[in-house]
Amino acid sequence: MEPLVVLLPLFGSVLALLGGSRLGASAAVRITTGLVGFSLLLALIIFFRVAGDHTVLLIPLFSWWDLSLLRLSWGLLLDPLTALMLLVVLSISLLVHLYSAGYMAADPHRPRFFAYLSLFTFFMLVLVTAPNLPQLFVGWEGVGVCSYLLISFWFTRRQAGKSALKAMVVNRVGDLGLIAAMALLYRELGTLDLPTIFALAPSLSQSRLLFFGWSVSLATAVGLFMLLAAVGKSAQLGLHSWLPDAMEGPTPVSALIHAATMVTAGIFLLMRCSPLLELSSLALGAIALVGALTALFGATTGLFQNDLKRVVAYSTCSQLGYMAFACGLSAYTLGAFHLYNHAFFKALLFLGSGAVIHACADEQDMRRLGGLGRLLPFTYSAMLVGSLSLAGFPFLTGFYSKDLILEAALASPSPLAPFAYGLGVVSAFFTAFYSFRLLHLTFLSQPRAPRSTLIEAGSHEAVGPMLLALLPLAVASIFLGYLSRDLLVGAGTPFWGGSLVPLPGHLGQNWSEFLPLPMKLLPLFFSLVGGLSALAFHQLFYGLLLQFQLGQSGRSLFVLLNGRWLVDPIQNRLVVLPVLRFGYRVAFQSLDRGVIELLGPTGLARAFGCLSVAAARLQSGLVYHYVFLLVAGLTLVVGLVYFGTGYYLRWTFLLLALASTVPQSHVR
Amino acid sequence: MSFDFFPALLLLFFLGTSSLFLFRNNIIVVLMGIELMLLAVNLLLVSFSMLLDDLQGQLFALFILTVAAAESAIGLAILVVYYRLRGIIAIDYISSLKG
Repeated sequence: MEPLVVLLPLFGSVLALLGGSRLGASAAVRITTGLVGFSLLLALIIFFRVAGDHTVLLIPLFSWWDLSLLRLSWGLLLDPLTALMLLVVLSISLLVHLYSAGYMAADPHRPRFFAYLSLFTFFMLVLVTAPNLPQLFVGWEGVGVCSYLLISFWFTRRQAGKSALKAMVVNRVGDLGLIAAMALLYRELGTLDLPTIFALAPSLSQSRLLFFGWSVSLATAVGLFMLLAAVGKSAQLGLHSWLPDAMEGPTPVSALIHAATMVTAGIFLLMRCSPLLELSSLALGAIALVGALTALFGATTGLFQNDLKRVVAYSTCSQLGYMAFACGLSAYTLGAFHLYNHAFFKALLFLGSGAVIHACADEQDMRRLGGLGRLLPFTYSAMLVGSLSLAGFPFLTGFYSKDLILEAALASPSPLAPFAYGLGVVSAFFTAFYSFRLLHLTFLSQPRAPRSTLIEAGSHEAVGPMLLALLPLAVASIFLGYLSRDLLVGAGTPFWGGSLVPLPGHLGQNWSEFLPLPMKLLPLFFSLVGGLSALAFHQLFYGLLLQFQLGQSGRSLFVLLNGRWLVDPIQNRLVVLPVLRFGYRVAFQSLDRGVIELLGPTGLARAFGCLSVAAARLQSGLVYHYVFLLVAGLTLVVGLVYFGTGYYLRWTFLLLALASTVPQSHVR
Repeated sequence: MSFDFFPALLLLFFLGTSSLFLFRNNIIVVLMGIELMLLAVNLLLVSFSMLLDDLQGQLFALFILTVAAAESAIGLAILVVYYRLRGIIAIDYISSLKG
């Protein structure tokens, strides 16, 4: 049964991809959706077996490599963390499949789309169930490929192709980190099986790695490489720029891959490797630092974006930052809890945005939307629920995890905790601000859409499968946090078993119960002020905001934030262009087409050409020449018999030396 | 068995070789010269095989005998065709057949 959970989406994908044209689009949709749904049922059974009985299942399936130095087998590692991820991935995937059935109804390539969605689900399941790092890496790369395929699903759009390529290439940098971490672990421990690695992990902090004169403990090195991998996959500061661009893909894809599941793979990796990361306070500090900076960066960048989906994308970036710094402060359970909650309300936000885009003839610039609250009341309420949940409005889903992370940051003994707390609280303010700005611009303000967009295009509320997908997400965004809080992060909960291992001294979560009340209310206060100020600025004092935006300093701030802190141009100037130039001038022109080409293929072919021309010249057609060669050979043999080899070797060298002095111009 | 056969057979081989450039205007003599060379080599092989007590030499002699028969047959066929084409059997300008 357990392998079926992973394999069913693959079956669906293969069926839809190979038989899509025979079965028809709607059959392909039904098959893939049904199989993912069935897989979700099985995942529920696994969840109750694993989490209910507090067991860890390690199921070896079949051998992969058997090199005697390295034995690897495909298998399943089902522990509470995996069981939770299975639920998140499969439920969001099922709802997105369902939603896409409505959203993509007019697309002629539906079988391909659903095959990719199911294939993505399969690879994500491979990733979360991996019992060893190479299998995790297969899933890791597989979701990357599916992300590429789905971003560029509408491949005739140039921008979509560019974004897909960017996502692939930027992720590659992070993949390098994972490969390096695997190599270090294999060199030191001789194994890549996760349970064995975790059992042997303490020995890593003893051995040291010399790197350009720096001596770091191996645990730190592995932790930093893991961080690099997570930075790439989870769009943390530095390698984040692919995520907003990935919004070129169809909206359901953004919901599934770039909000709920794939981007959390990096966070999942950090949680999975918690026994390793705990050994190095340096790596933990780096994770907390990167996470906190990303949270602030995403939130500030989201402030003045005009694209509906971009705002939500930057909010994803920011929320992933929260999860990362929760991991960096050793509050892995909180990170996992936030991941779980975030998946639902962020999927709701994306699917709601999709409904808006669908209703307004594919318009996603917020400056040309507005007043949709009356036209799309259900979508508006869904987006309102999602935004409130995201902003951490009390007793909604997002509130429980986000505020708990901030409280844990306040109580954490880590030296970076105050920094992370401060940035987190400020980010909470900005989060509420941009959420309400989005709501206002899209749903509340005067309609700014042209008549053709709204009326003649037949603007309508989400119906059928789209409605069916939004509804459970909205309910989950309201109740899920409250319902699962005690199970996942309640005091002394036995849920996690041994899957998340913070060192006892690192844990600030338990102390968060003893914080003074005003400190606990501070994030909430900031969120409320943020949300209200957004409404106030846009509703009441819009002139003031406009004046600020058009003023000297306000304008530059606006350009800075709207231009995403100008990270992309800086990265292009400082990193991408020099690398490209090196790749073309040095690696390609000088090395590949230069030295290697001359010594290798072209040079060898040319040398053989010259040699064969020389050999062909021996066959002159004149009998004397042949006879001369014959007699010369005869003399050679006779001489060999009578005088021996040594005598001849000397003469041969002499002859060769003489032959080499013959000028080349004489020959032809 | 002594090594004495070697100069005599060498001379035989050289006789065959010399026919190649001494009788250039008669292709039949050239063919005969080639046969002579092959036979000299055969004799050498057989003699060396006796000297070294190694059967491989005789085995090779058998192979060469077969090839020599085929070669003389082909040579005579070429001769006939060449005569029809040119009217003479001198091989001085045979290289003008080269493509």
